[in-house]
Amino acid sequence: MNRLRQFGVGFLLPLALGLAALSLLLWGLDYDPSAGLRALWSGAFGSWYALTSATLVRATPLIILGLGFALAFRGGALNIGMEGQFLAGAIAATWVGVRVGAWHPLLAVPAVWAAGILAGALWVLVPVLLKLRLGVLEVITTLLLNFVAEAVVSYMVQGPLQEVSRVYPQSDPLALAAQLPLLGGTRLHLGFAVGLVLAGVGALIFARSVWGFKLKAVGAGPRAAWMSGRIPSARLLAGALLISGAIAGLGGAIEVGGVTHALFQNLSPGYGFTAIAVALLARGDPIGIVGTGLLFGALEAGASAMQRDAGIPSVAVSIVQATVIIVILLGDVAARRRRTLTVAPEVIEVE
Amino acid sequence: MTAVLDLRGIEKSFGAVQALRGANFLLRPGEVHALLGENGAGKTTLMEVAYGMIRPDAGQILSRGQTIEIRSPRDARAAGIGMVHQHFTSVPALTVEENIALAAGRRTPDHGADDQLTQQLRLGLDPRVRVEDLSVGLRQRLEIVKALASGARILLLDEPTSVLAPAETAELLTLLRGFAASGGSVVLITHKLAEVFACADTVTVLRHGRVTTWGPLADHTMETLAEAMFGGTLPEDEPLHPLSGVAPTEPSTHGPVVRLSNVSVPALDGRGPGLVRATLEMRAGECVAIAAIDGNGQRELMLMMAGLLPAREGTAEIATPVVLVPADRTTEGLIGEFSLTENVVLGLLAGGVVGTGDQSIRARGWIDWAQAEERTQELVKQFNVHAPGVWLRAGALSGGNQQKLILGRALEQHPAVLIAENPTRGLDIQAAMEIRQHLREAVARGTAVLFYSSDLDEVLSWGADRLLVLASGEVRELPATADRDQVGRAMLTPAGSGTP
Repeated sequence: MNRLRQFGVGFLLPLALGLAALSLLLWGLDYDPSAGLRALWSGAFGSWYALTSATLVRATPLIILGLGFALAFRGGALNIGMEGQFLAGAIAATWVGVRVGAWHPLLAVPAVWAAGILAGALWVLVPVLLKLRLGVLEVITTLLLNFVAEAVVSYMVQGPLQEVSRVYPQSDPLALAAQLPLLGGTRLHLGFAVGLVLAGVGALIFARSVWGFKLKAVGAGPRAAWMSGRIPSARLLAGALLISGAIAGLGGAIEVGGVTHALFQNLSPGYGFTAIAVALLARGDPIGIVGTGLLFGALEAGASAMQRDAGIPSVAVSIVQATVIIVILLGDVAARRRRTLTVAPEVIEVE
Repeated sequence: MTAVLDLRGIEKSFGAVQALRGANFLLRPGEVHALLGENGAGKTTLMEVAYGMIRPDAGQILSRGQTIEIRSPRDARAAGIGMVHQHFTSVPALTVEENIALAAGRRTPDHGADDQLTQQLRLGLDPRVRVEDLSVGLRQRLEIVKALASGARILLLDEPTSVLAPAETAELLTLLRGFAASGGSVVLITHKLAEVFACADTVTVLRHGRVTTWGPLADHTMETLAEAMFGGTLPEDEPLHPLSGVAPTEPSTHGPVVRLSNVSVPALDGRGPGLVRATLEMRAGECVAIAAIDGNGQRELMLMMAGLLPAREGTAEIATPVVLVPADRTTEGLIGEFSLTENVVLGLLAGGVVGTGDQSIRARGWIDWAQAEERTQELVKQFNVHAPGVWLRAGALSGGNQQKLILGRALEQHPAVLIAENPTRGLDIQAAMEIRQHLREAVARGTAVLFYSSDLDEVLSWGADRLLVLASGEVRELPATADRDQVGRAMLTPAGSGTP
């Protein structure tokens, strides 16, 4: 019952307000709101094909990256660099993927994933070392490395990884063996299942494992974690950030192997950033991230349909995303206010 | 009336704690005025009243015969009062110059306005260096420069020398004398009597929020000041901490569980002396109390023994499990956002210095939450923690219940050694009694207990088997029967400095 109420207040209400805001905007700009919303719905859920090939495909990277963010966030670290780690993973996956034509898929696919995982972890290694050695904030270093990753992609597709014909700035397609299997008749690839498995594993680790508990302690009270729990925060956080990067890198490998089948510029429409909202909206809960990932995936899938069918620019859908985020954050602030008011005042120490 | 600052009948309570009980303080131009008192006597509170950080419950403030209103530090600065706090208030990322300009409310530094003292202080302070790159001594100096730059003619310094090396201290005291000679006034809060005699003209001693002694320093010796701070009988109507009925334990015949030999530990955060070549042996079932002024190495000793700080030299052998009841309940002992169960798991997982942890709630890498909840429920019942359920956020508990939870969690591990830092600070009488009772029972069961309280009366009334005094990081043992006077004097003088 409590969970149901939480779902209603924490999820449905913000979403309804977001859609209302979108309607208002469309109405104000002389579009037909009902046509817009209809297109949004049909683009996201209107058919089996729309659901699987648009919504779920777009939700996949959001879920995977959202899980990566949530892991580091649980320990109090902000990995703003998932976009870069995603691209690093995509680069490495492409490099391996175009070379494994002769392999069996059961070998080729894991090899591509491993490359992505490794590259994602490596991409976050520099921020981790800077944080451990010099205390540089990971928010800044991970963010800045996003731009570096974009530049590396652009270099790769015009240099070492450019297609053999050298016509377009893109890589050759991945070997068939390295491409992910699709669900019959749709574009939905194996990566979505990977996202679901990761979410399940994540939920288990968060709820029951000693490591997950220690990570939460470091995030909630690093001083008490050290003094009362003998938990070395720095080491734990370093591990969490590396795994977070590895997950983001896997996300890149899955996107290349399952959707684009090649590397090119603007591979990611900002998945790494949208995923932060996805994770925060779910309050870092892995199962919740599947839900919010699906919501954002549906909105983006619907947005394309809205542009195609109703002639409404797809960016209009960002007002839904923005409203949802703002409403949920305001709800959090209000809840915190209420709580501080009801807590007994702490004893003030003299001198 | 020539007094530049005249505090009359200042009263201030924090909850049930009366910090100031009608304190008077008179500061004249051109004097260095030492403000003395033991931990918790109200020195800092009194100065924070003068600086507008705390509104007194009663009393008035006068300056040059006029009543003045000081509602905020801004008012205080307008009245020419500057305060240098124990903790630094500079912006680490800004340069020295920028910090001074910020304090003075100017856009750009203006060296022309500097008086002689400021110029002297500025020596060695490169204006373009960022504050985070300065040594602790220079940061301290910058704090004073900032106060002066905002036009202060009255300087309130809260233990300014606690972070300084002896040479830096001597230099600072000389500078303060110079400031006084130029007509300024200085209030020096300190514990170090040697500094008082090196530099002050006048002295005020606070004890439990009241002035016990006031007058020219020339009328005093080290002995009379120590007596005024610690000695003799308490002022009437001072409640002593009630003792529970447990008799002191029999002298222990068990083997040693702690053996420290010449252990030194660097100061935490680079402040204070740290622990200096401590040698100590403790037996099972022994209760050892520490008396010390805050920041004299006791924290380093306790954290080192708990396995949280490494020793720089010497050898330490300590039986396990060792558990720590840290000083700050809300940030060190508990995680406020965590439930009671989660907080219990936090402590049980740690399990002594070796980190093996409690096996009943963890199997390989997993936590058995049902088991953990059951253990917490038992613990809550056994230690009389008042809570509607073990799911409650620990931050929502009262201080006494928080401490009972922490202590219960510690004793659950049947520690060989229990280290408690200020275990009853800020608790009401009932909760404090329960805590003491639990500690005594642990001693009776054979745990070696080492405890420190910043309240000397509590240390003395405890009935511990042994009494240690730490001064300037050096450990000295006093007879358990030593009186307040002896202990107070020992707290003021390091072991190596001859007469106590």
